[in-house]
Amino acid sequence: MAGNTKDEILHDHNHDGIDRRGFLKCMAWAGTGAFCVMQGGVLKSYSMSRVPEMNPENIRGELSFVQISDSHMGFNKAANPDVAATLKAAVDKINALPAPPKFLLHTGDISHLSKPEEFDGVEQILKSASAKDVFYVPGEHDVLNDDGKQYLERFGKGAQAGGWYSFEKKGVHFVGLVNVMNLKAGGLGTLGREQLQWLEKDVKHLKSSTPIIVFAHIPLWTVYPDWGWGTEDSAQALSYLKKFGSVTVLNGHIHQTMQKVEGNVTFHTACSTAFPQPKPGEAPSPGPMKVPAEQLRSVLGITDVSYVRGQHALGVVDSTLA
Amino acid sequence: MRRHVFIASLLATAVLSLGGFVSERMSFAASAQEKPASTAEVKIDNFSFGPAAIKVSVGTTVTWINRDDIPHTVVSTEKVFKSKVLDTDEKFSYTFTKPGEYPYFCSIHPKMTGKVVVQ
Repeated sequence: MAGNTKDEILHDHNHDGIDRRGFLKCMAWAGTGAFCVMQGGVLKSYSMSRVPEMNPENIRGELSFVQISDSHMGFNKAANPDVAATLKAAVDKINALPAPPKFLLHTGDISHLSKPEEFDGVEQILKSASAKDVFYVPGEHDVLNDDGKQYLERFGKGAQAGGWYSFEKKGVHFVGLVNVMNLKAGGLGTLGREQLQWLEKDVKHLKSSTPIIVFAHIPLWTVYPDWGWGTEDSAQALSYLKKFGSVTVLNGHIHQTMQKVEGNVTFHTACSTAFPQPKPGEAPSPGPMKVPAEQLRSVLGITDVSYVRGQHALGVVDSTLA
Repeated sequence: MRRHVFIASLLATAVLSLGGFVSERMSFAASAQEKPASTAEVKIDNFSFGPAAIKVSVGTTVTWINRDDIPHTVVSTEKVFKSKVLDTDEKFSYTFTKPGEYPYFCSIHPKMTGKVVVQ
């Protein structure tokens, strides 16, 4: 990764809401109160209070999709005894968006224990979403006990043998990566040599003006290595994306929104639809955070991403379920 | 004739083994006064193994119990043992029959590492 770039880490849980009928009341990269937009490779940020004055067209482009993450279907502990209900609430919010998204991205930890009924549960709930296509990448909870065999049988159709894949939508090149397999003791997430070689080839033929969106479960930037929140060989992957003017990386895993801008790359993590996790280092461990029931939905969320053709800009809008 | 020799050697082996068994028991009884535990427990909580390193004698069965509200695994770095995923309150046990150091980790959260030293 380039060393001379401006690092900016913003993180917060978004306590503002979006009502079903209203347009987005709360617009921000990562819900910090700052709305940022990448234009021609330059990231611009606006304070939240200015966003309502902006032209909504700027965040409603020709292509929009929704990122959801970390459903953990099957989890039933105190932090959220009903993860199905909060996933359904996320779907209700998706269906209330003013412009229906073209598709959904699920950035992993679909299930909690890789059980067939857990995967079934998520697929069933997502069937009621206005967007019918769902693109998945696995989380570590989806590949337990069987090295991902079941996940690949369900969701890996059309993907490479290891589960990674790419596709084009309206001129945007999407890449789904797998960084939860073959994890080594003491290490972070791993992409591995085979996947890196594939990625290099996959993007080689693309024009540098092509907007790139990479999605994977574990953050592809080092959020907090003490808790394993990073990917060992992500720098190698990002080196293949250097020539592109607009690169956005969408991750899950850490159950909170966070953003980092580094050169041409904007990194973004989404909330969990199931339960929140503490901010890095602010708890003895990254275990589920127990918040009062009435607050829970305010820290669970969906991420709505709009792509505006011609500006090379991606506006990420995080909204919570409350 | 051959058969008799065979039976005799079998008997001899049996006697020798019996002797070995008795002496092993005796030495075990002697050492047991210093290290009475032939079982040990490692608690998994807050994304860590506690204690992270334990010393046990040969023959000890170590039981890991997951007290966290997130699933974990116990996987030997050198592929000596490997648990299935352990949900909250589930256990995994392994009996260490050879001396040595056995580093292990949680394959779901690989930052979680531990070690069993068998003496």
